[in-house]
Amino acid sequence: MSIEPFSRAQKDMLGERPPPVTETGTIGWLRANLFSSWGSSLLTLASLYLLWITVPSFFEWAIFEADVTGTTGQDCTGEGACWAWVDQRINQFLYGFYTAGEYWRVNLAALLLIPALLPLLFDGLPHARRLRLFSFAYPFIAAFLLVGGFGLESVPTRSFGGFMLNVTIGLSGIVLSLPIGVLLALGRRSRLPALRMLSVIFIELVRGVPLITLLFTAAILLPMFMPESWSLDLIIRVIVVVTAFSSAYMAEVIRGGLQSIPKGQYEAAMAMGLGYWQSMRLIILPQALKVSIPGIVNTFIGLFKDTTLVFLIGLFDILGIARSLQQNQDWIGNVDTEGFLFTSAFFFVVCFSMSRYSMNLERRLDTTKR
Amino acid sequence: MNTPAPQDTAPETGPTIQISGLNKWFGSFHVLRDINLEVAQRERIVICGPSGSGKSTLIRCINRLEEHQEGSIVVDGVRLTNDLKQIDAVRREVGMVFQSFNLFPHLTVLENCTLAPIWVRKTPKAEAEAIAMEYLERVKIPEQATKFPGQLSGGQQQRVAIARSLCMKPKIMLFDEPTSALDPEMIKEVLDVMVDLAESGMTMLVVTHEMGFAQQVADRVIFMDEGQIVEQNAPDEFFNNPQSDRTKLFLSQILSH
Repeated sequence: MSIEPFSRAQKDMLGERPPPVTETGTIGWLRANLFSSWGSSLLTLASLYLLWITVPSFFEWAIFEADVTGTTGQDCTGEGACWAWVDQRINQFLYGFYTAGEYWRVNLAALLLIPALLPLLFDGLPHARRLRLFSFAYPFIAAFLLVGGFGLESVPTRSFGGFMLNVTIGLSGIVLSLPIGVLLALGRRSRLPALRMLSVIFIELVRGVPLITLLFTAAILLPMFMPESWSLDLIIRVIVVVTAFSSAYMAEVIRGGLQSIPKGQYEAAMAMGLGYWQSMRLIILPQALKVSIPGIVNTFIGLFKDTTLVFLIGLFDILGIARSLQQNQDWIGNVDTEGFLFTSAFFFVVCFSMSRYSMNLERRLDTTKR
Repeated sequence: MNTPAPQDTAPETGPTIQISGLNKWFGSFHVLRDINLEVAQRERIVICGPSGSGKSTLIRCINRLEEHQEGSIVVDGVRLTNDLKQIDAVRREVGMVFQSFNLFPHLTVLENCTLAPIWVRKTPKAEAEAIAMEYLERVKIPEQATKFPGQLSGGQQQRVAIARSLCMKPKIMLFDEPTSALDPEMIKEVLDVMVDLAESGMTMLVVTHEMGFAQQVADRVIFMDEGQIVEQNAPDEFFNNPQSDRTKLFLSQILSH
């Protein structure tokens, strides 16, 4: 038995070659994801069957056999969904009790939201600086358009309703809770004991109670204790409460991000002579916020959907309008599912967009590849 | 390359760092014990010693990344106290290179280099970029300027970190084990940059275990153990004729293989 000598050297380096065909392309994907074993093949077939029996019948109900014309629930005689009310009620779902002649103001505010958001969401737009100035002015422009005064006919805020109310509260809450959350998170990690204590107390108190109790407090209790002349508009009180609530969550999300930044980053910033606020703004927060994006957007989405709770303190947001439709004598019993489905669609579009945007943003900010 | 040890010859303009009676504790752990050290301008000092001997802590006191409890540290005429203005004044003049590079991962190489000049020195952006390119040239990676740190090798990252410090035009450079986190094949490219810097006359304090580097460029080698300076000498003397037993033991351990 001869033993091969272990001493040897390779003359030529091996070249690259493509992976086996069964590992790539559609067939490779199907094998890897759907039919990798007997168990997974069975699950795939069972899932396909489930989709086959549910999806077509849903579309049959929602679209093909739906009733779309009529003036009351009685007109919906078919097997399918009853969408006859949409035509007469769509404006209520969108604008609440806003004066019909003034709808253009809500529409204009919504339209102006696009150029106000673009420079905040995307880098490298032309005229970015001027657009950003507009973004800062937008909340005031929108408030002026919606509420009126200064020459525009004023609309009382109790006429606010429908989806426009959800967007007003949600957007205000989102825009305000991020910076407040950042400050609270920094406060909680501050070296100053008083500041740290205040931040902890605020976060724990606000986070420790249900949002609905805060809303009731703002709507009913506060006016009982506050002098009459201090009374703030109900919608403003709601915005304050919603902002405080999600700021507390936001602070904890961002604190998690801050904790993930290695100590060396702080030290490198300090060693270069950057001050506290400079280090935070230029070095720490950009990184901490980046890793917190999923949590931040999660909080935004939660906040936006929580705006439907205002229905419980007597405001008619889109869900409130849906409920009133469902209890309306003309429609009662015919639009239960339809009302909720219709309302859900609005929320889904907004929340899904936020989610997609955040994934896109994470990809753009990923500096490890490119 | 044997420069005479500066402690024998009077420095031209007096010491740029004066540390006297320095004591520091971490909690109840006495990490620095009665350190006295003067560093002349253009002097190159290598500090070595076993881990936990306080060598990193000592240089981190010089730019106040660590506070000390007793004694005084005067850097470039500025005494380090709790006064933030004084601390920032010192940090502007003292560059630091870390073991783990600590580049800012969300900024490009060029932005890493221009950040402090722009925000701390208020240098105009174009000028800061020109300076940055000059130093990136000097550490031999100008072609990486638009990349992000995560796309570079460890050796390249550490060279960027050196360039980033130099962009502030510091009077003193501190190196805290700059090659300890590197793969062996990358140590040389970083040491080459440091040798080049030493030859240009920069005042340098280097905590390192690279004894070849110490022998090649140091004016003085300091050996620390248990929070104190056990021995210091010109490199030839230090390596060939160590005085204390601790130094002998340490040298035998690190030079034995």
